[in-house]
Parts: sequence; structure tokens; C-alpha cells
Amino acid sequence: MTTTTNAAAAGQHSYHPSLITMLKDSAAAGIVAALLALPLLGFHLLDSAQGLHLDYRFPLVLWAGVIVFAGRFALSLAGAAIGHRLRAGKKAVSPVAPLDIPTAIAKPKPWRKITGWVLVAVALVLPFLPFADRNLVDKATLLLIYVMLGWGLNIVVGLAGLLDLGYVAFYAVGAYSYAILSQHYGVSFWVCLPLAGLFSACFGMALGFPVLRLRGDYLAIVTLGFGEIIRVVLLNWQDFTGGPNGIADIKRPSFFGLPFSAVSLDGGKTFSQFFGLDFSPDHRVTFLYYLILVLALATNLFTLRIRKLPIGRAWEALREDETACRSLGINPTKTKLSAFAIGAMFAGFAGSFFATRQGFISPESFTFIESAIILAIVVLGGMGSQIGIVLAAVLLVGLPEWFRDLQLYRMIAFGGAMVLIMLWRPRGLLSSREPTILLSDIKEAAE
Amino acid sequence: MSRQPLLQVEHLTMRFGGLTAVNDLSFTAYRNEITAIIGPNGAGKTTVFNCLTGFYKPTVGRLTLTPENGKTFLLERTEGFRIAKDAKVARTFQNIRLFGGMSVLENLIVAQHNMLMQASVYSLAGLAFLPKYRNAEKQAVERAKYWLNKVGLTAHADWSAANLPYGSQRRLEIARAMCTEPVLLCLDEPAAGLNPKESLELNTLLRDIRKEQGIGILLIEHDMSVVMQISDHVVVLDHGAPLSDGSPEEVRNDPAVIRAYLGAGDDEDNPAAVAMGHGGVA
Repeated sequence: MTTTTNAAAAGQHSYHPSLITMLKDSAAAGIVAALLALPLLGFHLLDSAQGLHLDYRFPLVLWAGVIVFAGRFALSLAGAAIGHRLRAGKKAVSPVAPLDIPTAIAKPKPWRKITGWVLVAVALVLPFLPFADRNLVDKATLLLIYVMLGWGLNIVVGLAGLLDLGYVAFYAVGAYSYAILSQHYGVSFWVCLPLAGLFSACFGMALGFPVLRLRGDYLAIVTLGFGEIIRVVLLNWQDFTGGPNGIADIKRPSFFGLPFSAVSLDGGKTFSQFFGLDFSPDHRVTFLYYLILVLALATNLFTLRIRKLPIGRAWEALREDETACRSLGINPTKTKLSAFAIGAMFAGFAGSFFATRQGFISPESFTFIESAIILAIVVLGGMGSQIGIVLAAVLLVGLPEWFRDLQLYRMIAFGGAMVLIMLWRPRGLLSSREPTILLSDIKEAAE
Repeated sequence: MSRQPLLQVEHLTMRFGGLTAVNDLSFTAYRNEITAIIGPNGAGKTTVFNCLTGFYKPTVGRLTLTPENGKTFLLERTEGFRIAKDAKVARTFQNIRLFGGMSVLENLIVAQHNMLMQASVYSLAGLAFLPKYRNAEKQAVERAKYWLNKVGLTAHADWSAANLPYGSQRRLEIARAMCTEPVLLCLDEPAAGLNPKESLELNTLLRDIRKEQGIGILLIEHDMSVVMQISDHVVVLDHGAPLSDGSPEEVRNDPAVIRAYLGAGDDEDNPAAVAMGHGGVA
């Protein structure tokens, strides 16, 4: 806090935070760190033959305090030096303080489109790249599930501005729809996929109705509750959902009827036999990868298109100002419900894919932490930005997966990355919104 | 030309608990006319607007809208968004409510939501890239362009609305309301915060709208230069109760109005009188 005030003051009077202020500030940070470290590092529970006993590690606490003190002090020094140079540079360029001139919306940046296409191209050839092994494709599949969920939730949170903390509930509905339909009625994946989307959309509506009047924090709490209700029901409805044991042996997907197994059980041909290939378990992994890639891209295309349609524009308008929307004759109830239902539908698709990929589902896969991660992907990506969501998914899901060897330390890296993003890009990685229609484009087209 | 009533407000009363914000107000707004509602701060002007546009449900009273097509709408019984959608009453807000993050053009296109939804069969035709929606959107852009030109914002069409200067935001809000093709336009202090030049431009704009669109305009305003110059009919409110009703000339010379505004006499609630009293003590 002190540094912020100092920085503000420095900006006006080119005043330097004194060394003493910096020392005081760093000492405060060091003490807070030591206090925090006391319960976390200071006590160590040992399990020995005599039973549990505590081990005290107070030097570690001291070290934590000293390290934070030194780091904080170094940061302040560096900050002061850089700030000084920046101010000097700015002064040299414009001696007059710049007025707050309103700026036009930036034209869509071409690099974003190019990045998008490059990412799609890489994703399309990924399984055939020389370094791509089964493990990599599998992890990419997991990553794409989160990208798809992020894109789906983006419709609700990014476009319509409805903070949904229970998104994973719809994902669970999708997964259980497929698992139950396929187990009890032998319905194939391709029939279940739209059905799962439909069921999830219905649940989205069911949740939507009671929470329509709520906004902001209240909405978040109710959706959080809804997510938990679904999970608890799945956990306790033993006869229907298998309870905590979940549902196992879910039918794996087939390539339009051709199973991905070494030998076909029903006497028909398998995928490898049909195409005259040697059997390899990689086929299924690759197929699943392409399946989720298509589903995710469909979600993306849908979102890109719907933004330019009346309903998509109404969602964004609703996010900006609900009262104004009502005064323009937009039905807020229908608009919110449609956002909830469509967002839930994509979670349903992703859920049924998840079930067929895993072959086993249990309520444990649909805990609150999943909702939190998906929401973090959307928020960190920059609300409403499609490519930002991909980047955030790589950061939040991809990196921890790849650095599994680091074990628990990866969580520190995870937390650190979050803090860094919040410091550098508090509005998300890519937060600038692109207008859905530009008069200049229309004019150019007309000429 | 005889005056055709567009909106009839009869015995409108709005109570919030023990507070009576509007007390038995009746007046008529006519087609092709600008009706101004004036009154000191807290007189209940915005409450009247909120009742008209469905944000509040009046405690007592009837609000009848009779557009040219012969239909009749009882606004006090109509759901908020339907007043804008079906009865075609558009409004602006005292504290501007634009879609700040969206571009100026998008603001005007969102205003045509219902027309576009119908043309795109709830966006499905648009999803399928049918020409039906493309044409409807083209039409919407044309209308938006017309109003952009009218309020002088064509050059700023691709700016985000929040980045516009204050006066332009006010004009954009009026343009946005007009894009819904209303029969009655309710403006809540459109001249607040405008400089004299912008205020004059606003007068011209409102006169144009009345002349070219043939709609009724209902206006809440503090700026007397706007009220006296452009309104055809003025309704004065004081403490929620009607005080005077007539042409600008009549209202200006009404002793009751002069008393309320200048604080002659022994009216203790009057801010002017109270201020004078304090001056005397000091």
C-alpha cells in the first residue's frame, strides 16, 4: 500500500521514496511473511514409532522472513530506478501533460487472426509431428477439453456477464447422460452426444429460472450451490448413478461403428482391419484427440458467429447494462436463459466426450475445483477473448500436467503464475474486445 | 391541426412505504408535441418516468398510451420490456446508460434487437447464414447510419461508447432510443452537463425529431433555456404534486410556480428560502 501511494506521489512531484520508507516497507513484508511461515513451515508433524510428535523448525521461519525482506527491498530499489528512468523518458518526449483524449476502438488486430489460424494448423497436424507420442496427444486431448469448457463458459461469463461458479454441474450432467444411456440402453456415442447437450441445456434452464433476478455475487453463490447439489445427488443416488463408485466400463467411442480394438467382439471389422492398418492403441488416442478438436472448434465457431447475431449482441448488452436493455425492449429473462442454456449445452457435449474418453466417471471428477479452474481460464484469458482462453488453458492445465515431475512444487508455480498474471494483466491475458461490426468495414466493402 | 392525445396520465400516485413521491398527478401528452415536466429537485419527475417505462409499478393511477394505429396500451399493467417492445415507449436516463464497452454502432444495432430477432427467426437464420438475416442487418445499419448522421456521430461510429465525450454520449443515447422507432420518447434531463452550444444543438435535434418523426416527446429538464424554447406544453411538479400545467408562457407567469422556484412567502421547505434564512443568521 505504502509503495502505491509513494509511486503516485512520485508521479506528480518526481519525488523519490526515501531509503527509510523502503526499509520500513520491506520490514513489514518480512514480518508478515514470517508470521505466515510460522504455521506453514515452523511446525513439522513427524510420524514415528512412538506416535505423532511435533518438530520445530524456527530457523526456516526466520529465513522466510529474511528472504521476503531482501526480495521486497530489491524490488523497491529496482522499481524506483526504473520509475525514475521512465519518468525522465516521458518528459523528454512530451513536455505537456497529455490530455485524456478518447481513442477509437482498435481495429481487429491481424496478428490475432493469424495466431488463431496457426494454432488451428498446429492442432490439426499435432498427432503426426515427429515428437508427438501417445502421452503428448493424450495431454493435448485433456487440454482441449478444458479449452472447450472455457469457450463454453465464456458464453455465460464473458459474453452475458453472468458469473457462474457451478459450470461443472452441466459437464457432469453431460457425462452421466452418456454413461447411463449407453450402459442401460446401449445408445451409441453419436446419438448420445446431442442428447447430452440437450439434457445439460435443460438443466441450464432449470438453474436459470430461479436465479434470473440475482446479479453478481449472489448469482455466483447460487450457481456454486447448484454445482454442489448436482455433485451430492450423483454421490448419493446409488441406484441410478452408482454413487461414489461411479460408473465403470463406459462404452468407448467407435469410428462410425468400427471399434478401436485388436479384435472385434461382434464379429465385424475393427478400425485397423477395415483400413488395413496394424493394430495400435494409438489409433483410439488419436481419434479421441480429433474428436475433441472438432467439438472445441465447433464451440469456437459458434461463439464467433453468435456474437454477430442479435442474440449475441443482446448478451453483451446485458453484460454492460441490464436496465438499458430493458428500456430497449430486450427481454432480459429470455436472453439470460438462452445464455445459460447454450453455455450448458457445450458443457454437456464436453461431458459426454469426457465419459467416453475415460471409460469411467465418478462424482470426484466434478468437484468445485473443476468449476474454479474453468472460471480461472476464462477470467485469466481475458473475458470474452477466444485465443486468450486457449493461452490460459495452456497455462493453467497444460503446464501443471507437463510438469507433473515437480510434484507439489507445481502448485507453487501455478499460484505464482496466477499472481504474475494478475499483476501484469489484471484484466486477463488478452482483454481488448473486438467490435462485432465496424462502419469502416461496411464502407470499404461498399466502395 | 387539432391536438391528438398520445399519453394520458390519470391520478398517478406512487408511494414508497410512507413516502409519497408522486401524488395524484394527471396530465396529457400530445402527439407531435414536446411536453416538459419540470420541478425542483426531488419533485418526483424521474419517478413519473420510471412508472411510465415500467421500472416502477404505480400505487394508484392509469397510464394510457394511444398510438396512431388505434391500439391502446395500459402502461401500468405492462411488463417493463414490453413497454419498449410493444407499446414503443423509449427512454433515456438521467445518468447515461450506454453499453460502454460496445461500439457506437453496436449500441444502435442492439436497440433494433426485436426487429432483428424477428428477421433472423431468433438468430437461427443468422446461424445458418441465410440472406434473410443479412438483409435485415443491412437495414439496421442503414437506420443506425441515419441516426448517427442526425446526431453528428458518424465519424465516431467505431469508437467505444464509453470513450465518447459527455455531450456525444447524451446524443448517442437519444439516437439509440430513436432506433427503437418509438411513438413516445421520454428524455430524462437530456441537457444536464451540456455546454450552451451543445444545449442549442440539442434543441435543434429535438425539434427535428418532433417535426420529422411525428412522435410525442416527454422531457424532464432543469435547463429553462431548453424547456422554454422547445416545449409546447409544460407540467410543473412540486413535492410530487401537480402545481401547474399549460403553455410555457402560462407556466412562466403562474404565481404558484414563481413561489415554488423563487421561494417568495413562508415556504419553509423551499431550498431558496432556507438558504436565505441561513444567510441572514450568518
